[in-house]
Amino acid sequence: MAAEKAEIDALKKECDGLRTQIEAARKAVNDGNMSSAAGSATDVGRVQLKLRKSLKGHLAKIYSMHWSSDSRSMVSASQDGKLLVWDTHTGNKLVAVPLKSAWVMSVAFAPSGNLVASGGLDNMCTVYNIKAASPKTLRELDAHTGYLSCCRFLSDNEILTASGDTTCCLWDLETGKQKIIFTNHIGDCMSLALSNDENTFVSGACDSLAKLWDLREGTCKQTFSGHTSDINAIQFFPNGNAFVTGSDDCSCKMYDLRSDQEVITYQDASLNAGVTSLTLSNSGRLIFAGYDDFNCHIWDSLKGEKVGVLSGHDNRVSCTGVPADGMGVCTGSWDSFLKLWN
Amino acid sequence: MAEAPQQQQEEEEEEEQPSSVEETEADEESEEEAKESVHTTPPRPLLSMRSMSTVDPDDDSPNMIVYRKIEDIVTLIQDEEEGVPIRTVKSFMTKIPSVVTGTDIVQWLMKNLAIEDPAEAMHIGSLIAAQGYFFPISDHVLSLKDDGTFYRFQAPYFWPSNCWEPENTDYAIYLCKRTMQNKTRLELADYEAENLARLQRAFARKWEFIYMQAEAQVKIDRKKDKTERKILDSQERAFWDVHRPVPGCVNTTEMDIRKCRRMKNPHRVKKSVYGLVEEGTQSQSPILTPSHHCRKGTKEDVEKEILFLNTQIDRHRMKMSKVAESLISYTDQYMDYDQFVTAQEPANPWNSDDPSLWELEASKEPSQQRVKKWGFSLEEALKDPAGQELFLKFLESEFSSENLRFWLAVQDMKRRPQQDVAQRAEDIWAEFLAEGAPSSINLDSHSYERTSQNLKDPGRYSYEDAQDHIYKLMKSDSYTRFLRSNVYQDLLMAKKKPETEQGRRTSLEKFTRSVGKSLTGKRLTGLMQSS
Repeated sequence: MAAEKAEIDALKKECDGLRTQIEAARKAVNDGNMSSAAGSATDVGRVQLKLRKSLKGHLAKIYSMHWSSDSRSMVSASQDGKLLVWDTHTGNKLVAVPLKSAWVMSVAFAPSGNLVASGGLDNMCTVYNIKAASPKTLRELDAHTGYLSCCRFLSDNEILTASGDTTCCLWDLETGKQKIIFTNHIGDCMSLALSNDENTFVSGACDSLAKLWDLREGTCKQTFSGHTSDINAIQFFPNGNAFVTGSDDCSCKMYDLRSDQEVITYQDASLNAGVTSLTLSNSGRLIFAGYDDFNCHIWDSLKGEKVGVLSGHDNRVSCTGVPADGMGVCTGSWDSFLKLWN
Repeated sequence: MAEAPQQQQEEEEEEEQPSSVEETEADEESEEEAKESVHTTPPRPLLSMRSMSTVDPDDDSPNMIVYRKIEDIVTLIQDEEEGVPIRTVKSFMTKIPSVVTGTDIVQWLMKNLAIEDPAEAMHIGSLIAAQGYFFPISDHVLSLKDDGTFYRFQAPYFWPSNCWEPENTDYAIYLCKRTMQNKTRLELADYEAENLARLQRAFARKWEFIYMQAEAQVKIDRKKDKTERKILDSQERAFWDVHRPVPGCVNTTEMDIRKCRRMKNPHRVKKSVYGLVEEGTQSQSPILTPSHHCRKGTKEDVEKEILFLNTQIDRHRMKMSKVAESLISYTDQYMDYDQFVTAQEPANPWNSDDPSLWELEASKEPSQQRVKKWGFSLEEALKDPAGQELFLKFLESEFSSENLRFWLAVQDMKRRPQQDVAQRAEDIWAEFLAEGAPSSINLDSHSYERTSQNLKDPGRYSYEDAQDHIYKLMKSDSYTRFLRSNVYQDLLMAKKKPETEQGRRTSLEKFTRSVGKSLTGKRLTGLMQSS
């Protein structure tokens, strides 16, 4: 017993030594400060957006929303047990998908627009065909041992999921089986984001770490630390070389893959609420972050300053999204409404 | 209700902007610790009198900070001198004790919190009501109206800052008690009757116990003064309106279910509203699975970690100054296309109700802006179907389209259903790589070897090396020629709006420069990440 403990302690010491070396290597390239460098960037000024649409239809908290690749339809999930597909331009509901389990936490639209997926406390990811006459369950992906926190389609044939069981998983939709299980996090995985080329993805978890994974090899490629609490939201910067995270520690951070470390932190002394969700404008210059304080705050991603706020929800903002054409931003809230702004 | 406060000066709440209500109220959370920030707590503005708030002033968890603020307001608003007129109203045959109208509350909020817009005062008031600090006496919906509706203030016993988490047993006792009291004003609403029926089913085995508790409560209540009972009954009801809201109302006490299981909040008080001693069974949501084992560091885990860390030590890390530079140049380049920063043309469909932008995007006749974007990177050109088409046409004119066709074929194969992948992989080999292939591509011997090895067990990623190599080739060779080609330049210039001679020349210069810049500048193409 004692010998084993001594062994583990020695190994842990080795780990710590390696970590110190890595930190030193990271520090060595940290030769500049993003926000001061951003002095040379064009100014964005104050961003004041107007509320364009308020989508009413859900009867309970909205937990998740996702834009279709056509930038016009959008799917939302609420704990009233329904998925609603909206035509955001007219405000009409196109499809209503009744869920077997009302405790839904995540929803996704396939790039083709044919399928949507959702999941939550039922530990499953269910895929629906919404182009059929009435929404049909295509697959029930059932292998996670924890709640489903996030799902994203690669195509109509593959889907990625993140779960409270600390793993992420790539599934084949033809067979309904797991293809790759990504294990490395030691806390519930809360969110994931696919890279543009779909070769890699990043995940954020309750262990306060963000990780980069290779889809082809099935392994963790990089780990990023810095947050002091659960990471709830994660999105790639449009250039594909950086990503932004939002956390319960009330801050957002940008990390760069090439420098292997944090680039800048977005926080403000007056912001005392956790970040629930985030999305970026299509140039990457603006970050729209939803907070527990019922607002969505807008950050200048380069200068690290708050440049605006979207107020209007009567409860926590639980999800945000900018469509591919970048024409606006949608916020979804526990107050059961979705709002479109630009 | 309100203590007799000492004299005090009026102070304003922190400034609210008239047009945007900056609310910092939060739902009851689970184990949120306040972030260790260096900010100083702003002085408590209303506190020259003694507040009824019992929140520890050093408690800086987000909810408590907000409750304290609200409680300071609620204390002042009930003050005999500085607050709203709380009085007994004579109604037909009865007296309604201790009420104030919605209008009075709205007016007071506007005056004392420096709010100009009554709608904003109603909004703040509704949010405070939703948390349970005051309530309409005749409605389950906790919101503030600017009219003669009567409101009453909640007793501090029931305040949210006491961190109540009432169990369903308490709720069952409450509903049961209501049915026993035989008063029209205490009749159950439909949703309450449904809740009661559900609880009876759920607690079938201990219903006798619950019934007895309810009876005991009724006995206690009967001993109280009639007026006092009216007030207490309404406060109790308002408490349950917060914790078991009317369907359709937002439940302000609910926590994010993902965080529920890991609650470590020291404030959580598991006490019963009716003083019940904790029994064995707690009413937990049946769907919540018991928390999975926490992954502790076993020897294996640590060894794996060491292996991983070793791969990370020598990785190449880009200088932060370079990273900053590339992020800035990327955003500067794309900000013209960012609708939040630069107005787009044609007008945003959400604003103008005109979907022509979407139609244009989908069309094969790209706008000049769109064509310009193809010059940013090969990725952009290929992302746009029209760009891809033009590039292919250009390559065909040069008799060198096999590279792009190969790349596209592999992309397509990766999205196919698993069962089709093997066949497609074979087809691609036959078309592009086999001896004497009709569209033979030029691969270096290393990639060729790797690829033919991969094809022994064909899968989605069999062609990764080859695709990578070909993409780099296209980027450095054909793509640059494409951008200089007539077919691209014509398209780029043909869509320009007619301008004066002078204007045209300057614009032409600008375009040529920007296209040139995008070719030579340090730019992120992002498609193939370098690790």
